[in-house]
Amino acid sequence: MTTNTLIRVENLEKAFGDLHALNGISTEIQKGEVVVVIGPSGSGKSTFLRCLNLLEEPTGGHIFFDDVDITNQAEVNINHYRQKMGMVFQHFNLFPHMTILKNMTLAPIKLLKKSRPEAEEKAMELLRRVGLADRAGAYPSQLSGGQKQRVAIVRALCMEPEVMLFDEPTSALDPEMVGEVLDVMKDLAKSGMTMVVVTHEMNFAREVGQRVMFMDGGKIVEENTPVELFTHPQSERLQAFLAKVL
Amino acid sequence: MVSDISVWFTETWENFQQWFQTQIVDKFILNFIVEERWRYLWDGLWVTLEITLFAVLVGILLGFLIAIVRATHDKTGKLRFFNAICKIYLTVIRGTPVLVQLLIINFVVFQSVSINKVIVAVIAFGINSGAYVAEIFRSGIMSIDNGQFEAGRSLGFSYASTMIHIIIPQAFKNVLPALGNEFIVLLKETSVSSYIALEELTRGGDLIRSRTFDAFMPLLAVALIYLVLVMIFTAMVNALERRLRNSDH
Repeated sequence: MTTNTLIRVENLEKAFGDLHALNGISTEIQKGEVVVVIGPSGSGKSTFLRCLNLLEEPTGGHIFFDDVDITNQAEVNINHYRQKMGMVFQHFNLFPHMTILKNMTLAPIKLLKKSRPEAEEKAMELLRRVGLADRAGAYPSQLSGGQKQRVAIVRALCMEPEVMLFDEPTSALDPEMVGEVLDVMKDLAKSGMTMVVVTHEMNFAREVGQRVMFMDGGKIVEENTPVELFTHPQSERLQAFLAKVL
Repeated sequence: MVSDISVWFTETWENFQQWFQTQIVDKFILNFIVEERWRYLWDGLWVTLEITLFAVLVGILLGFLIAIVRATHDKTGKLRFFNAICKIYLTVIRGTPVLVQLLIINFVVFQSVSINKVIVAVIAFGINSGAYVAEIFRSGIMSIDNGQFEAGRSLGFSYASTMIHIIIPQAFKNVLPALGNEFIVLLKETSVSSYIALEELTRGGDLIRSRTFDAFMPLLAVALIYLVLVMIFTAMVNALERRLRNSDH
């Protein structure tokens, strides 16, 4: 184990009653790495992502963040570790009763104890980066889907996380808005952010991913660099999957 | 011919004037002015408002706590014991008439204690209203998309902070119409407190009736006062609703 490991997953399991969504996942995510998780619906890829920040409680196995076992709920304050793991959802989940700026500054002010001007300055800087500075005073319902998702990304970034988790961030978007969100994610990857991305965007996986993980039946079937994985798929399951999606 | 009609008009007019004088003016004076009987209504009105206001506060507090317990149980499976207690409370309170609850609290619970009747009524109506408010709040909390909850948690907010900063403000806005309705019902229901000899508005009208043996005037006055109260209250709730909606487009 190198000191460069940010998240280490050991034999992770998750069952919903009789349904076993995850059947022993083990992997490591390095600092600065962009990992893309692909797979058919029901393969457990979203569950895997949601287990990383314990939005889903694993029923077995361990997750180490900076060498701390965050599945040990008795001794670890998970709220503290969630601050270091930004998450972006398929349905944006912006707070509809707050302006964009308020959406972004709520957590930094309440949790990081930043002053309002400080938090707002940081938020505005991030909004400028994604080209939405002029929408700071708007409410989420006044934005397009693509704009909402860009705000959701920078809202998570306001907490200065060490890793960003993306749960199918473009799946709920109109096709013409997918590009603007992927562009933001590409910039983020270039800036050196550690990212775990669950997506159906194979081009994004190929272009931005440093490692692609193919999941099926609650297991990692295959993982490799995008070039290798897409051009020389080893398993039959991945070959069948790629034949359908590419 | 012309004079016939004019005589008829004159007679009718005089009859009307006489009727108006005896039936309306005299009765009004008898029911409200003589012996300052309007005071029954005026004093009763304040008692009614007093009961309603404090019962609403008790109801909101109680309802809010129960809703949090119930919603937390629904969402996380925790607080099983408290949830069971809350469920019993809801079943009993919603399953029995408020009048019976009022009588029990007055004649059984405070049987041997000398206590202000207004307090008895506030306790009875507060406990009763709390059950309904609890379900209103709970439905409001459960109506908020779970994604809001997850977004809050993923930013690092605790369960309680997520509730306070993200869920409850949205839930409150959603349930405001139902909450307003509950308080209109409560205001009118306080009229049954005359059963424990509490001199509130309805009882005030009744006292006038027992003095003057006239039912029409005092009851009409009582009904009008309730109507005006409800209209004022509805206008206030609507104004609050509009203000909250401004922040949401």
